[in-house]
Amino acid sequence: MSLILVAVISLGAIGLISAVILYVASKKFAVYEDPRIAQVAEVLPQANCGGCGFPGCSGFAAACVKAGSLEGKMCPVGGQPTMEKVASILGLEAAASEPKVAVVRCNGTCANRPKLTQYDGVRSCVVANSTFGGETGCTFGCLGCGDCISVCQFDAIHMNPETGLPEVDESKCTACGACSKACPRNIIEIRPKGKNNRRVYVQCVNKDKGAVARKACAAACIGCGKCVKVCPFEAITLENNLAYIDPAKCKSCRKCEMECPQQAIVAVNFPPRKPKADAPTAEKQTVGQAAIASAAKPVAVKNETVNMVSAPAAEAPKNTEA
Amino acid sequence: MKTFRIGGVHPAENKLSAGKAIETLALPKQAVFPLSQHIGAPATAIVKKGDVVKVGTKIAEAGGFVSAAIFSSVSGKVNKVDSVIDASGYRKPAIFIDVEGDEWEETIDRSKDLVKECNLTPEEIVAKIKNAGVVGMGGACFPTHVKLTPPPGCKAECVIINAVECEPYLTADHRLMLEKADEILVGVQILMKGAKVNKAYIGIENNKPDAIKLMTEKAAAYPGIEIVPLKVKYPQGGEKQLIDAVIGRQVPAPPAIPINVGAVVQNVGTAYAVYEAVQKNKPLFERVVTVTGKSLKNPSNFLTRMGTPMSQLIEAAGGLPEDTGKVIGGGPMMGKALVNTEVPICKGSSGVLIMNDKEARRAEPQPCIRCAKCVSVCPMGLEPYLLATCSAHGDWERVEHEMIMSCIECGSCQFTCPSHRPMLDYIRLGKGKVGGIIRARNAKK
Repeated sequence: MSLILVAVISLGAIGLISAVILYVASKKFAVYEDPRIAQVAEVLPQANCGGCGFPGCSGFAAACVKAGSLEGKMCPVGGQPTMEKVASILGLEAAASEPKVAVVRCNGTCANRPKLTQYDGVRSCVVANSTFGGETGCTFGCLGCGDCISVCQFDAIHMNPETGLPEVDESKCTACGACSKACPRNIIEIRPKGKNNRRVYVQCVNKDKGAVARKACAAACIGCGKCVKVCPFEAITLENNLAYIDPAKCKSCRKCEMECPQQAIVAVNFPPRKPKADAPTAEKQTVGQAAIASAAKPVAVKNETVNMVSAPAAEAPKNTEA
Repeated sequence: MKTFRIGGVHPAENKLSAGKAIETLALPKQAVFPLSQHIGAPATAIVKKGDVVKVGTKIAEAGGFVSAAIFSSVSGKVNKVDSVIDASGYRKPAIFIDVEGDEWEETIDRSKDLVKECNLTPEEIVAKIKNAGVVGMGGACFPTHVKLTPPPGCKAECVIINAVECEPYLTADHRLMLEKADEILVGVQILMKGAKVNKAYIGIENNKPDAIKLMTEKAAAYPGIEIVPLKVKYPQGGEKQLIDAVIGRQVPAPPAIPINVGAVVQNVGTAYAVYEAVQKNKPLFERVVTVTGKSLKNPSNFLTRMGTPMSQLIEAAGGLPEDTGKVIGGGPMMGKALVNTEVPICKGSSGVLIMNDKEARRAEPQPCIRCAKCVSVCPMGLEPYLLATCSAHGDWERVEHEMIMSCIECGSCQFTCPSHRPMLDYIRLGKGKVGGIIRARNAKK
C-alpha cells in the first residue's frame, strides 16, 4: 500500500516541478508572434501553391503583416475578395489587381503539326525537352507529356486527347503559375483575363523563320509582321520571328486576328462576328480560329470546340453587342 | 588480363561488320557542316554564299581555345549558311556546300606512302593539330590540342590510346587498326612527342585478337609503345575506366581530369587523324563510320566525308529495312536515336545503328525492387537508383551531393535493371541541371 503511495507522491512531485519549469520557460522564452498573421492565414485559401511568390500561405500571411502595405501582393487563388479580407484585418488598402488566367500558347494539334517521330522515353516534358526536339518538326511547341497537368493543384488543366494539347479550364484556373513554371518550353503564359474574359493572344511560341515554322506546323506564327502593321495601338511586337501581344496595350479590337494568315492569333470569349455577305470568313475560320465560332453556331458549340473557353452564362446576353 | 576495377556489364557484342574492309563512300550531292561538332564554343563560319571551296579548305574558324576549326570535305560552292536539324531535332547553324567535282587543296599530300619521320617541336605539333581541326574521334569530340596542352601544375606521364571500342556493334576502330596500323603507330609517336612523354599504351579489348596480334608485331619497331590487351567489359572505352585498366590509377571526382593522374587519353581514330594532319597536311574531314544493324542487308565500314547525310550511308549498306524501329547515331549503349536520317556525319559520328522494331522497343518500367544491381554495375561507384529518383523529384542539392557530375552516362544501370527503370533519362536531366547550377555558382564567385 505504502509502495503505491510513494509512487503517486513522487510522480506527482516530479510532474509538479516539471509543470513549474515549463510554465516559467514558456513565459521567459516566449516568441511574440503578431496575432494578425494567424488571422490573415485563416482567410487565405490554404492551397500552399506558392503562386503568390511566398513559401505557402503562412509565408504569404507573414509577409503581408510585415510589409505594412499590400502593394504588389496578390493571392492568385483567392483573388480580389480574399485580398480585401486581408486588407480589412490589417487595416490596409487592397491593391487593385487584374484577375489572370493561364493560356497555352501552342496550337500544334495533331492535325496542324503532324508527328514525325515517336518518343518512347520517360513521359515527362523536362526529360523529353532535354533529350530531343520533340516528336514533330516544331522544336518550340508543346511536347504533350503533361508536366503542367501533374503540377496543377486545382484540376484546372487537362490534356485533350484529340489535339494532344493541354487545355485550361478558365473557371478553375487561379493563375498560380505552377503550370507556367513546370513547362520547360515556356509555352504557358499567365495573362490578364481581360475585360469580360475576352482576350486576344498569339497562340504560338515558334521562333523559327517563317518557311521552317510553317513547314513544321500549319498554325505557326511565321513572323510576317502583318499584325504589327494592322494594330492601331502598337500593342504587338515582333521579335525573333514571333509576334507578341502586350496585354496592357491591347484593346481587343481583333484586327490582328483577322489579318493573321496562319490563324496563329486567337480571340477567346468574343461573341461571333456578324457575317459579311462577301467576306470569305467561312474559309478563314479553320483550326486556329475555332474560338470564334461562326455566326451560325450558337454559344453551346463554342464551348465544345475550345474547352478553355468556359463562357459563363452571364456572357450570353452580351453577345448582341457586337 | 587487365580491366577496370568497379562495375561494368557485358552486353552482346554483335560486331557484325568486323570482317568488312573499309570502303570509300561516294561523294554526297550536298554536304552539310554543323558549326558545333565538338565540345566547347561553336566555330564561326568564314565563308558565305557563293564562295568556291576545295577539299580541305577551312570554312569555319575555331570559336575559342576549347573549340576546333572545320574544313570542307568536298569541293564546290557554298549554297547557304543556315540552320540544320541536328541528331536531337533542334536546329543548329550549319554551312551547306553543293558538291562539284573533287578538287583538293594543293597542300595536302595525297600519296599513300608512309611518312615516319617527324622533326617538328612539340609546340609545332600542337599548332599543326589545332590548325587541322582535330578533335577526339571516339564520340565526345574534345579538341585534341587542348588535351595536349596540360593546365599549369600538371604534367603528362604517358599517352593512352583508346582502341577498346567497347560499344557493341561498332567496328570502325577495329578495321582502322587492321588496315592502317603503321599510320596509327606513327600518329601515336607524334602524340607522345606533342605531349612530351616517352611512353604510350594502346588498350585493346581481347575480342579483337587479330588487331592485338598485328599491332603487337608492328609496335616492336616503335620504341615506347606498348600494346595492352584488356578483358572485355563495358564501358572500358570510358576515359577514366581505361586509365584504371591500363595504368591502375583512378581519376578523382570532377573537376579533376585525366591529366591530374598524368594520363593523356586519345582515341585510336584520333591518332590516325593526327598522323594525317601532321605528316600529310590533311585536315580532319573524313572518318570511318560503321553502318550496322541486324536487319540491315550489308553492314559495312565506310570511309566517309564529313557532311554526308546518314541516309546515304544507310542506302550504301542496303537501304533502310522495313522493320526499322530506331536509327541510332553511335552505338547501342551511348548512342542517340535520330529524329531524321538526313543528319550529316560529323567529326564524332562513329556509327549508324539500325535497330529493328523489336530490339528498339523499351520495356515498360516497373517499380524498383531494391536489388541494387545498378549500384554494383556502376563503373563510377555511384547509386544510380538514388540519382534517378532525386532527379525526378528535382532535388538538385541532393544529387549534387551524391556526385551526379561523376556519371559518365554509360547506361550500364539502365541496361542491367530488371525493372527496366529509365534511370539514365533522369540522371541526364539532373546532370544538366546541376551543371548549370555549378556554372552559375562559379560565375558568381
